Amino acid sequence: MESLIELLPQLWKAAGETLYIVGLTLFFGGLGGLIVGLGLYLTRGGSLLANKPVFVVLNLLVNFVRPIPFIIFLAAAQPLARLVVGTGIGNNAIIFTISLAASFAMGRIVEQNLLTVTPGVIETARSVGAGTGRIIFTVLLPEALGPLILGYTFIFVALVDMSAVAGYVGGGGLGNFALLYGYRQFNPIVTWAAVLLIIVLVQLVQYLGNTLARKALRR
Amino acid sequence: MAIVELRGVSKVYPPHEKGGSDVVAIDDVSLSVEAGDVYGIIGYSGAGKSTLVRLVNALERSTSGEILINGRDIAGLPERELRTVRLGIGMIFQQFNLLGSRSVAANVSYPLEVARRPKAERTKRVAEMLDFVGLADKARAYPDQLSGGQKQRVGIARALASQPAILLADEATSALDPETTHEVLDLLTRVNREFGVTIIVITHEMDVIQTIASKVAVMDQGRVIERGDVFDVFSNPQQPASARFVSTVVKGIPSADELAVLRGRHPGRIVTLAFRDNAVDQARVFGEFARAGITFEVVFGGINEVQGRSFGHLTLALSDAAATDAPTTAGPGGTDRIDAVLDRVRTLTTVTEVR
Repeated sequence: MESLIELLPQLWKAAGETLYIVGLTLFFGGLGGLIVGLGLYLTRGGSLLANKPVFVVLNLLVNFVRPIPFIIFLAAAQPLARLVVGTGIGNNAIIFTISLAASFAMGRIVEQNLLTVTPGVIETARSVGAGTGRIIFTVLLPEALGPLILGYTFIFVALVDMSAVAGYVGGGGLGNFALLYGYRQFNPIVTWAAVLLIIVLVQLVQYLGNTLARKALRR
Repeated sequence: MAIVELRGVSKVYPPHEKGGSDVVAIDDVSLSVEAGDVYGIIGYSGAGKSTLVRLVNALERSTSGEILINGRDIAGLPERELRTVRLGIGMIFQQFNLLGSRSVAANVSYPLEVARRPKAERTKRVAEMLDFVGLADKARAYPDQLSGGQKQRVGIARALASQPAILLADEATSALDPETTHEVLDLLTRVNREFGVTIIVITHEMDVIQTIASKVAVMDQGRVIERGDVFDVFSNPQQPASARFVSTVVKGIPSADELAVLRGRHPGRIVTLAFRDNAVDQARVFGEFARAGITFEVVFGGINEVQGRSFGHLTLALSDAAATDAPTTAGPGGTDRIDAVLDRVRTLTTVTEVR
């Protein structure tokens, strides 16, 4: 217990790093997921920009990336991280890699949520002369907003999960903290402190997501 | 000049599976809708009605033929140019298709936003339209708080917001109960009379055509098999498919089952007479029977009214009063005397002997 009190400054720092990593990956991965999801939805047969080759390639890419266990993906994507963010280690590298993995995972969720929008309202928007861009922003996304918020809340947990292995490539965060000061020093109390903090964080975000989704769905 | 004219229009879909044959949804259809018409298009599910109406605002692109809107062929126009054409054509749907994320007022405003009208004009127009459909008090409500009939009224307000000259109604009342259907049809009639909007109504319900349409086209397997004045098509359908439709609302000719029951009850001769406003004088027909001393009983029938004109069929069980009193003075069952009367009646109207 005393050791935990001694470690408190490190714990808060780790929590801050987790928030930093998860916040940025939620933004970049979320944006990427939106683009991938819209791409899948719009190029699907019969949709607004139906394009079979693009859909097939995108669909394959998503199916290819999603099943790779994240820790392997982290290692495999390291050269790409070096190329894009200039480094293969540290928080920036892990933010890049999580965002990339999350884009594909979230893309699938976005696609599924967009498919719940009835084709009739899309057709109605077309019937009054709306173009594709306008339909995306005034019909598709607003009509799917409730499920989309829940989808992003869901992916948040996956982001926390992925951020836990940041320590392997020199990143920080609660996962790294728990391994470094808890697991390796045979101090389960320290490990559990990190777990508790993560649970609280996830609960808060889930509550926020539910509230926002309820507001969007007006239920 | 016709406001909507289709000339030899076809729509062919590629085969569902590899090696299959093309699916012809619309097969060489020509149709002409005059400004101010309420034009009904009727047919069974899968006849191609919904596809046909979507060709008019190019939600579906035709494979061949010309589609003239106000004399301009839109068949080959690129998507971008079609958007302005679509602003002049409102559309309402069976499932209403309201945007659940927007309030009633924002739904009605949507086409005006697409048309980039200024905010002040939108607000004014939305209020006018909601007033017209009787939902001014629901402006801030959301679609999921409305009944089916109210949703369709919002749909109508939205379709008319940009002041289109043409309104397409795709099974607009098919999801509504009979009473609400009539409310919506009354509203459509007002749209036609007060705003002079040309309406094309797609439906599988003959009742809808009977209530609001002035002209009708009957579709079957992608073709228009019969068209014309609603009264003519209803009172005297030429094609078997049209006749089947007509018989769903126009009760008058007994079905085979009903006939069997009638036969059991009336051993004498049974005939069905057709009546048609302005063409057949009922009083003269019945006068012939009375003068000849043939008694009759109306055993089946119905007289319908379409556009203020009536038509229908009456089935009579005939018996010869004189023959019953004195069987020897006439042929068996008074057949000859009845034949003589029926010959005279045939000069007045169509007589069908029911066996």
